[in-house]
Amino acid sequence: MKTVLRYLAQAVLYGAFFAFVGYFSTSPRFEHLRPDEALIRISFSHAAQRVGECRERSDEELAKLAPNMRLRTVCPRERAPVLLEIDMDGKPLYKLTAQPTGLQKDGQSTVYRRLTVKSGQRHFAARLSDHSSGVIGYTKEFSIDLAPGKVMVLDFNAAQGGFIIHQG
Amino acid sequence: MPSILLNPRASSVPRWLIPAERAVAGIEALFDRAFGSAENPLHQLGALSFYLFWIVAASGIYVYAFFDTSVAGAYRSVEALTHQQWYLGGVMRSLHRYGSDAFVLTMAAHLLREFVKGRWHGFRWFSWLTGVPLIWLVYASGLGGYWLVWDELAQFSVIATAEWLDWLPIFGEPIVHNFIGRGATTDRFFSLLIFLHIGIPLLLLLLMWIHIYRLSHARTNPTRQLGLAVFAALLLLSLFKPALSGGPANLDAVSSALDLDWIYMFAHPLMYLRSPGFLWVATAGFTLLLALLPLLPRPRPEPKAEVDLDHCNGCSRCFDDCPYVAITMVPRSDGAPHLRQAQVDPELCASCGICAGACPSSTPFRTQAQLKTGIDLPRNSVQALRAKLEAALEELAGAAPVVVFGCDHAVPVTALCATNTACISLPCAGMLPPSFVDYALRNGADGVLVTGCGAGNCNFRLGNQWLVERLEGKREPRLRPAVDRERVRVEWFDRHQGAELSGALAQFRAALPARPLAPEGREMFWKERRKTEEPGRDESSD
Ligand code: HEM
Ligand code: SF4
Ligand code: SF4
Repeated sequence: MKTVLRYLAQAVLYGAFFAFVGYFSTSPRFEHLRPDEALIRISFSHAAQRVGECRERSDEELAKLAPNMRLRTVCPRERAPVLLEIDMDGKPLYKLTAQPTGLQKDGQSTVYRRLTVKSGQRHFAARLSDHSSGVIGYTKEFSIDLAPGKVMVLDFNAAQGGFIIHQG
Repeated sequence: MPSILLNPRASSVPRWLIPAERAVAGIEALFDRAFGSAENPLHQLGALSFYLFWIVAASGIYVYAFFDTSVAGAYRSVEALTHQQWYLGGVMRSLHRYGSDAFVLTMAAHLLREFVKGRWHGFRWFSWLTGVPLIWLVYASGLGGYWLVWDELAQFSVIATAEWLDWLPIFGEPIVHNFIGRGATTDRFFSLLIFLHIGIPLLLLLLMWIHIYRLSHARTNPTRQLGLAVFAALLLLSLFKPALSGGPANLDAVSSALDLDWIYMFAHPLMYLRSPGFLWVATAGFTLLLALLPLLPRPRPEPKAEVDLDHCNGCSRCFDDCPYVAITMVPRSDGAPHLRQAQVDPELCASCGICAGACPSSTPFRTQAQLKTGIDLPRNSVQALRAKLEAALEELAGAAPVVVFGCDHAVPVTALCATNTACISLPCAGMLPPSFVDYALRNGADGVLVTGCGAGNCNFRLGNQWLVERLEGKREPRLRPAVDRERVRVEWFDRHQGAELSGALAQFRAALPARPLAPEGREMFWKERRKTEEPGRDESSD
């Protein structure tokens, strides 16, 4: 009798352990987005413009430099931050300043953000400045139908003319 | 509810942890009831983790054989394995998944148990500290496995992990850029994943080996019964609820709801609930907390074992029996005609005294006034043990007198002291040299009962195993064959089993055959003995 009880208790304990494993390996369901939401990923890297103007060195200045260093034009290395603003349906949705990377602030600014928004027909306006004056150099306005669970990627590539939209 | 006593003298559990220690001990007691101490899974959680590792490795090799390392093929190949070969490939996949999940749980339980028992400091710091990175490697292995399936869940986990890593200001180009938009992921990414999913578990195995490097005879296999039962249960779960993929990954969409493996992926929702920075603080903080535990102030360690070369013949029994590889055999330094001598590394020594129990010189029959042995604990010497035993034997009176040798970490035997019961507690039952049993029986005890932590649950890992082998004549030093085995009993009980121990003692006493030496005779014996004792023998010295 006692052994039967013990085996029973063992079965219960094994059962509990492996039920735990079985259950939590897939459950409970994780609601990543609500059923009426879509996702926007803003994702790009961009090297903004240099902070200062390039400048010509005078002859005296050049003479002081080692012969292999005598470049007439010197440019500051530091880049401006990238400013980004996005409006959705006429209201500001997101605003960000991305500092350049690198110790000398001479690298690219990288941006990655995920935003959840209500799905549906949406109108966006995106503006970007990569100049130290903050003047807007790139804009894009577009309408898009964001279906639930869809991802819109807002990319930026200056060589390809500015903002690029991918949508699945 | 059984009372669970903690012997404050021997405990490495700090005061603030005692409630948690008791709670865990209560659960262990419950498991003891169901499984018995020797089969108790909670006493073999490290071994169980090793075992699950091997199950996962073996099933993983099978699954890998059918895996197609490419963006297009990964998902397809896993699906094919799952459905076309459900009876073998599918089962293997399920074993691989559930084995990994169970691995996390046994590891977590092992960690928790070692934690509440305060096993992080002193000589144990190495085992503790090398355990910490194992957690990271286990998680890295498991998540990498989920990514290979390249379904919605994989996509979610890869992106969440990339977002988390990108929080660190060390990656020039954010990693997550690689997983955004169609065509972003390449076959090379899958080659990298495969490389990581084989490499990280190999690293894990290496570290598991290092983790037990400072333990001798580390228990890396569970008992046969437990191993079989766990395998059977895993198999049942695999058949009952086969591991399946979600929909294929699609970087242009996100799945609004996911069937998450919470055991591996609980951190992703946590991150989205708070932030990547929060998750870094939480994970790094937890790791740091564990890693710094050994630095907490702790009770002053017991003095470590010391070798006395005059009594060491280099037999290396202590070396064989030390549970913590604290002893090495080195070339003789004192000119004695033996080849080698024992040497203790105090950093590694647990002060368990198992070595003193192993040494052939630890016999109370030696006639020196001061019993010296080859290796001994300064604070719990065999000399002190003999003195205590002799004092106790002299006091023993009444019918069927019994000497009980117990362990500071098991049921406190002091509760059993009575006129016909001598009770002597040792740092570990494994410290008891078998000759002391003989000595007690020849000097007035009708029986000797040895007790200590539950089978498979020795606080110093090997003490109760060695003791049994010595008493059964399977290990040096052996109990003299002529000793009447009916008068010797070994009973292992965990701390909560005080009542069982009293019961076992009563039963043992009742079963003891009558002895020619009646109580009056015993009185005479001691008088005689004192007369014949060589002058100068100092009984009281400690
Ligand atoms: C992959 C996961 C792990 C495995 C496979 C594993 C395995 C083992 C094994 C086999 C033992 C020896 C048991 C014995 O023979 O007495 C052991 C001991 C130990 N483990 Fe782990 N372990 C793991 C993780 C951890 C973690 C995360 C910690 C804590 C941070 C930890 C702390 C310890 C300690 C302190 C001991 C020494 C126990 C003693 O001295 O009595 N382990 N482990
Ligand atoms: S006291 Fe224990 S740990 Fe220390 S040397 Fe002896 S057997 Fe090894
Ligand atoms: S058991 Fe004793 S005699 Fe043998 S090596 Fe160890 S200390 Fe020396």
